[in-house]
Amino acid sequence: MSGSTQREPSSDPTRSGNHERDDRPGTSGTHAPVPGRTAMTSVSASEAGQGAAPAAAHVRLEHVTKTFPAAGSGGRPLTALDDVSLEVSHGEVFGVVGHSGAGKSTLVRLINGLETPTAGRVYLGGRELTSLTERARREVRRDTGMIFQQFNLFRSRTVAGNVAYPLKVARVGQPERDRRVARLLDFVGLLDRAHDHPEQLSGGQKQRVGIARALATEPSLLLADEATSALDPQTTSEVLDLLRRANRNLGVTIVIITHELDVIQSIADRVAVLDGGRVVESGSLYDVFAQPRTEAAARIIGMALRDRPSAATLARLRLTHPGRIVTVRVRDRAAFQTALASTFLSHGVAAEIIFGGIGELQDRPVGSLTFELTGPDGAGGPDGAGAVDAAITALRADGVDVTEEPAEEG
Amino acid sequence: MQEFLSNLSVYRDAIGQTFYIVLISMAAGGVLGLVIGLALYATRPGSLLASRPVFIALNVLVNIVRPIPFVIFLTAIQPLILAAIGTTIGTNAVTFALSIAAAFAVSRIVEQSLLTVDPGVIEAARAAGARPTSILVTVLIPEALGPVILGYTFIFVAVVDMSAQAGLFGGGGLGNFAITYGSQRYDWPIVYITVATIIVIVQAGQFIGNWLARRALRR
Ligand SMILES: Nc1ncnc2c1ncn2[C@@H]1O[C@H](COP(=O)(O)OP(=O)(O)OP(=O)(O)O)[C@@H](O)[C@H]1O
Ligand SMILES: [Mg+2]
Repeated sequence: MSGSTQREPSSDPTRSGNHERDDRPGTSGTHAPVPGRTAMTSVSASEAGQGAAPAAAHVRLEHVTKTFPAAGSGGRPLTALDDVSLEVSHGEVFGVVGHSGAGKSTLVRLINGLETPTAGRVYLGGRELTSLTERARREVRRDTGMIFQQFNLFRSRTVAGNVAYPLKVARVGQPERDRRVARLLDFVGLLDRAHDHPEQLSGGQKQRVGIARALATEPSLLLADEATSALDPQTTSEVLDLLRRANRNLGVTIVIITHELDVIQSIADRVAVLDGGRVVESGSLYDVFAQPRTEAAARIIGMALRDRPSAATLARLRLTHPGRIVTVRVRDRAAFQTALASTFLSHGVAAEIIFGGIGELQDRPVGSLTFELTGPDGAGGPDGAGAVDAAITALRADGVDVTEEPAEEG
Repeated sequence: MQEFLSNLSVYRDAIGQTFYIVLISMAAGGVLGLVIGLALYATRPGSLLASRPVFIALNVLVNIVRPIPFVIFLTAIQPLILAAIGTTIGTNAVTFALSIAAAFAVSRIVEQSLLTVDPGVIEAARAAGARPTSILVTVLIPEALGPVILGYTFIFVAVVDMSAQAGLFGGGGLGNFAITYGSQRYDWPIVYITVATIIVIVQAGQFIGNWLARRALRR
């Protein structure tokens, strides 16, 4: 199945279809919606309340398809997004992961109307974008900040001039503009660089200017397209801290798009996995990462956790480990490994950990362990195989996710 | 030399006329060329105000006019000059023709300079909700200012050159002076002095252009 897998928590029987509720386990309270806001967002907060039903999702894509026409006469039209539906709630950090070319940039550009869908609808705070005139869409863009992988700062303007630009576009008068620019540069920690030009800044500083510029009009939504992909790990975490502050202190909804899974892991509340233009999975960060349900998502996420052996590693492991090789997904439950060990023991199966990794996601363990399992009379024997099968069956009956690694081909 | 000194006031007038022709042509052609260049850039497929018919029409027009040697162009548009200026000879006729020729040359240079601007910057401006025309004026021109200034400097040198050629058509200025008082009278010092004057004007223009471009590029 290549369609999208939506998670249906048993606790909520009213949920249906693609519409997801904002149910972020372990993160409730961190986004204190209104009390935590500073004066900066009070304007956009009240604006967001007007004209849009309060319950409406901040961003909603309904069966969105985007096809680019063929480039030359010989080319074929390219479907960058294929029947994508997703919902982003007010105040959350929504991550979209996927390989290069999966359609991530196309997705964000649809959200602020820089691109129009070939089919389907895009809603922003209850307003349908394609039904708006270009003029009205420009108004919507002023309430939506955007940051970019290559920062895209104006080289002809100073740092302050870059931050002031969206305010000029929105016709904010000079004194107010200066006040806001100063406040934003203070927020990103670059007040002392106001009169420098972008080329005098480091990559991380440039992105901080990009963030200040994106937040200048006090938008309720911030779109981040590979915002940290050009930065080193240290700078990446600084920029992510800043985004987190924008989210928590200013109440800005963030849609962050990246191929870097550790970025998503450290900041997103909920995620969607994009593969070949389709959302193959979406849900809370923990659910999707700890237990991807589709092959495509498992492939993409497995690379992030680096807890599953690659085909090459597996082939090498087989040289020294003739037994059956299975991978067990680590579960967030007490004494998980003790339970594993006693199951193997009671079936007379020798289990050796030959690969694996356990990490932490939203304060809960994630990862997997790869075992070589050997029965009582060796791997090949019928009794041995029987004992291993029995152990695997017992584990599965207990709700443990066990995958037998495929045998070598040829 | 004696000859030259007696013609000193004529020489001074010739310099004045050259400046008159060059500056008016640069101003009028510069503005017109900027508009055509912006239109070429903006109507290109995929650009801010993409329009295939407009782009193709402008592109063909510029491609036809721009490569025509100025002296031939001047002859070819005589009816137009007559209609606009009332005469086909003299300084104003030459200035008019030169303005049009400069506009077409400038348009290509402006278009090409704008094309060097990082598309990401335009994306950022669009994401901020700016109108396409506002992006052209407040983002693209400032971002491309360095190359645009260098392009105008290049055109300035070409315009000085063409204004001298126009001396053959009774357009005043240094070219005309060199022919009438110099080569036709076999007065070579006058020719050389005129050539040296033109070199000084070109060098000064180039120097100022480079200086302005360096400031725009902050290098
Ligand atoms: N304007 C366009 N015209 C034609 N094809 C396009 C256009 N924009 C994107 N595409 C194609 O759509 C597909 C998705 O592109 P997109 O930029 O959304 O991918 P991405 O996930 O952002 O990739 P990356 O991680 O490399 O940035 C690609 O195959 C790309 O070539
Ligand atoms: Mg991209």
